[in-house]
Parts: sequence; C-alpha cells; structure tokens
Amino acid sequence: MIDCSAAVGRLWDYLERELTPADRAKFEEHLDFCRRCCGELEFAEELRRFMARTPDVELPPSLVARFDRLITELAGDGTQ
Amino acid sequence: MGVNDAKVEFQSVAREQIPWLYALARRLSGEGAEDVVQECLVKAFRSYDDLRDIEAAPAWFRAILMNCARDRFRRTTSGINETPLEEESDYSLYRTIADEDPWPYSDSVHVDFLHSFTEEHVWEVLDRLKPMYRIPLVLVHMEGLDVRNVSRMLGAPHNTVLSWLHRGRKQFERELWEYAEEHGLLKQRKESQR
Repeated sequence: MIDCSAAVGRLWDYLERELTPADRAKFEEHLDFCRRCCGELEFAEELRRFMARTPDVELPPSLVARFDRLITELAGDGTQ
Repeated sequence: MGVNDAKVEFQSVAREQIPWLYALARRLSGEGAEDVVQECLVKAFRSYDDLRDIEAAPAWFRAILMNCARDRFRRTTSGINETPLEEESDYSLYRTIADEDPWPYSDSVHVDFLHSFTEEHVWEVLDRLKPMYRIPLVLVHMEGLDVRNVSRMLGAPHNTVLSWLHRGRKQFERELWEYAEEHGLLKQRKESQR
C-alpha cells in the first residue's frame, strides 16, 4: 500500500497514463480510501484543463512589420 | 515550379503562418519568441523545396519552429542536469490552497483560485518558468504532444522528460500561488465576497 506522499508523486503520471499497470493499481487502491488524494487528483485534472486553455497571443503590429520585411528580404519581391 | 514561383509562394505561405508561429513561439520561448520565429522563417526559406504538399505547410512550419525552440533550449540549458530545490518536487498547490483557505465562504476554493487568473496573468506565470521545464510543459499540456514525441524532439530520454514535466508542473503550481499573492488576486476575491 502506498502513502499519500507516494500517491501525490505519481498523480500526474497516472493522468498521463505513464504508470505501469502495477503502479496504476497501487495508486487506485490508495484513492479508494484517501479522500484528500481524490481531491488532489480532481484539482490536477482541473489544472490540466487550465493549462490547455492557455490563450493565444496577438501578434503586435511592430512584429508583423518586422517579419514582413524579413520575408521580403529572404524571397525578394517575387518579380525577379 | 520555377524559382520565382517558389519565392512568391513562400512569401504568401509564410505570411499566413506567422500568427500561429508567433503564438507557439511565445508559449515555448517566452520573451525570445521573436528570435525563434525569425530563425524559423530563415530555415523554412532555405529548405522550402522540401515542402512538397502545400496543404502540409502549417505542420511543416510548426515542426521547424519547434526545432528552433529546441535548439535554443539546448543552448540555454547548459545546466541540463541541474537539480532543482528538493522542496519543488514536494510542493502541492492543492494543499497550499486548502491550508491557506483564501476564501473561507467558497465551496469551490480550488477552482475559484484558478478562475482568479486572467489570460495575461497566465502568460506572466509561464514567463517565470525555466526553459527546461517550460518547454516540455507547453508541448505536452498546451500543444497536446505525447511524452514519447517530446522525448524524441528534445533528444532526451523518456524518463528525463517525465522528470522535467514533474518538476515543471510543480514549479508552475508554486509560481501560480506566488503570483496570486504578489498581485493581490487573493485579496481581490476576498473583497468581492464581502
């Protein structure tokens, strides 16, 4: 039987399905009786969704101009 | 396709990709995003003949940009085996929120904590992470790659990437809490409850 510290250490690997079947079984066995680690797991899932929602950034106009110039420098004006 | 046609096509295709490339570079390399995009454009132009199917352009540019970010990552992580403070790996944001209980009247204090962050806040927290933790974290949790692909891309063993991911998540959790404290996010929510 693993303790809370070991369970928390394996929590993300559990979510990412990186645990071996034996370690997965030990982790789930711990969850069966540990309410706090169930909370940790739910929060980790929430945190994972939070990270996945990280917004796109807008390209500042100054950079649009800079990249535009670079592309023109690289490929010319396309007429030669 | 003639050389001139290829150049014209490159200009058009590259310009279309820039917003997506910049967004990805911003995630991967933070403040160094401009340089990564620039490097990506130069490399893409030099090897543009390799792009056989125009439909594959987004993925092709994306792969080049990831390689540029990886090279930068390797250059900036000479201390690639750097061991972080031991306390990092034991940190739990879940426990910190439960122990500090910033909003005692809330039934969902953990979710409330995450909701107190705006998009800009999240970017600032991400900027605080060391590249060696930030890049695997972004690739797995924001770009949806699996660990095997990230391992191949970064040229690092599978277990090393797992270890970076573990430490990166812990660092991210710690930075979220510290950022919330420093920027008064906890206080703001407290005041709005009154």
